[in-house]
Amino acid sequence: MTTLAIEAHGLVKTFGENRAVDGVDLAVRAGTVYGVLGPNGAGKTTTVRMLTTLLRPDGGSARVLGHDVVDDADQVRRLIGLTGQYASVDEDLTGTENLVLQSRLVGLSRSQSKRRAAELLENFDLTEAANRPVKHFSGGMRRRIDLAASIVVTPDVLFLDEPTTGLDPRSRGQVWDIVRDLVAGGTTVLLTTQYLDEADQLADRIAVIDRGTVIAEGTSADLKASVGRSSLHLRLADETQRDLAERLVAQTLDTTPHRTPEAGVITAPVADPDVVADLMIRLRAEGVGIDEIGVQRPSLDEVFLTLTGHAADDDTERSAA
Amino acid sequence: MSTTTLERPVRTVAARVERPEPPSALSASLTLGWRSVLKIRRIPEQLFDVTFQPVIFIVMFVYLFGGAVSGSTTEYLQFVLPGILVQTVVMASLYTGISLNTDIGKGIFDRFRSLPIWRPAALLGALLADGIRYVVAAVVCLGVGMAMGFRPDGTVADVVAACLLVLVFAFSLSWIFAFLGLVMRSAGAVQGVSLLAMFPLTFASNVFVDPSTMPGWLRAWVDVNPVSQLVTAVRSLMAGAPDAGAVGWSLIGCAALVAVFAPLTVRAYRRKA
Ligand SMILES: Nc1ncnc2c1ncn2[C@@H]1O[C@H](COP(=O)(O)OP(=O)(O)O)[C@@H](O)[C@H]1O
Ligand SMILES: [Mg+2]
Repeated sequence: MTTLAIEAHGLVKTFGENRAVDGVDLAVRAGTVYGVLGPNGAGKTTTVRMLTTLLRPDGGSARVLGHDVVDDADQVRRLIGLTGQYASVDEDLTGTENLVLQSRLVGLSRSQSKRRAAELLENFDLTEAANRPVKHFSGGMRRRIDLAASIVVTPDVLFLDEPTTGLDPRSRGQVWDIVRDLVAGGTTVLLTTQYLDEADQLADRIAVIDRGTVIAEGTSADLKASVGRSSLHLRLADETQRDLAERLVAQTLDTTPHRTPEAGVITAPVADPDVVADLMIRLRAEGVGIDEIGVQRPSLDEVFLTLTGHAADDDTERSAA
Repeated sequence: MSTTTLERPVRTVAARVERPEPPSALSASLTLGWRSVLKIRRIPEQLFDVTFQPVIFIVMFVYLFGGAVSGSTTEYLQFVLPGILVQTVVMASLYTGISLNTDIGKGIFDRFRSLPIWRPAALLGALLADGIRYVVAAVVCLGVGMAMGFRPDGTVADVVAACLLVLVFAFSLSWIFAFLGLVMRSAGAVQGVSLLAMFPLTFASNVFVDPSTMPGWLRAWVDVNPVSQLVTAVRSLMAGAPDAGAVGWSLIGCAALVAVFAPLTVRAYRRKA
């Protein structure tokens, strides 16, 4: 039997009429990275807040390393670390002060706290900012001090709510390295993200969540496979031929092509890459000009599009609903 | 020696740091109080209401009303200083609710609440740190008063006891404002409601004038107003002739405030999403 670090059964949280989390099941194996992927408003933060004992579920149950998040909340708090979506350090205090505060609150002695703060600042490349108030930190530095504050003692399970949203690529890379290091040290990580490539890069398993429910779960490869073994990417020379081209794609590949936001681009799942040659011949015969054509493993963006019927960053449909 | 500068990669702590036993309730409260003290040091403007405000009040009231109310400014100073001391500290306790409301909206309270520490520690820490503000207020009031000619007849111990009584009262009262800070939507709303309560408490009292000339209905309120009881107690202590009744009623008032509002506040804090 494998040990589960996090398990949730039918978690529900409602805010008035709004079912923010509507029956979420999760099973996260110890020592792995689990990605919770979903657009804005999907219910990621609400789920994390229930798992970290901050919010009482209205329905369902959840356990962290076997301890119930409601009945045994204090025990759960002894095992977890949390980096919330919004700045969770004190902006008026310096980097050192924040880390000493955090160290004292987990029970380290005064001298241990000072040592640990210095060590973390050094390891997170924040030594120069040690004596500056956090409000003067850059976005990347802020995220690092947030993370550092969550690991003053090594948590068994670490929750990261959108750890890289709004960061530049270099800072994102740094956060990813930190997560990988922590996992190598034995910590289980649950992270939420809106970025498909982030889940792809970091997570051993991914739950895709939309409107409070898990709509797909599996490894990155599983999810990609559910959309077809590979994916056709076709850019037309003349976008007015799109309808004709879509019909030809549908007939030849025996699938439904996806419309993408780009006018002249068609994507479609491909069961057998060989038939793409047939498609090219038919396009030529019907006089459809090709600007670019390729067959590739599907991206998580396409997975999301297929699963939800809307793009990951498509908010319009939600706010109208 | 290399000629190229490589970007320093972020190195994390591979070494595991074991979690010790969580801190005691007292230790956690004091640590969180220390945080509030650091914030006062970083943003000293927070102390305006306990430094400049009492100075202005003392100078203004003594020279504005002194002659008219008591015949001389020296005599009025002797009467009004204990009152202004109480008023300043009581008003300063209002700040607790406002700062709590601002603070709690930020992510840092989520972090505190995800730690295995005694839940009310964050509240108690904030209230304890406010004690520093009250001490500052007391020192400023007494200092300015003495510089202007205020002379308590009581011993140093009497004066210290008077100040301690004011501090205990402000600490007890701050639970009301902490409660408001938790249940109200915005810091502005907290301020509005608290000020509304503040005026009848501090002005409709014996802080500035002897209530014997007031109409009956007002006197009825002034006599039961806990602030009046406290002012009477503080005056008597500073005069070296402690009024046991007033001191007793003040302490009972403190106990009642804490007994009612501390549990309400802690409950509101636990529920805060
Ligand atoms: N405290 C709250 N009160 C009312 N509605 C809330 C609250 N928190 C979240 N919501 C609503 O719940 C839904 C899910 O929000 P959230 O969990 O923050 O999503 P995500 O983190 O995936 O962006 C949203 O519709 C949001 O407006
Ligand atoms: Mg969120």
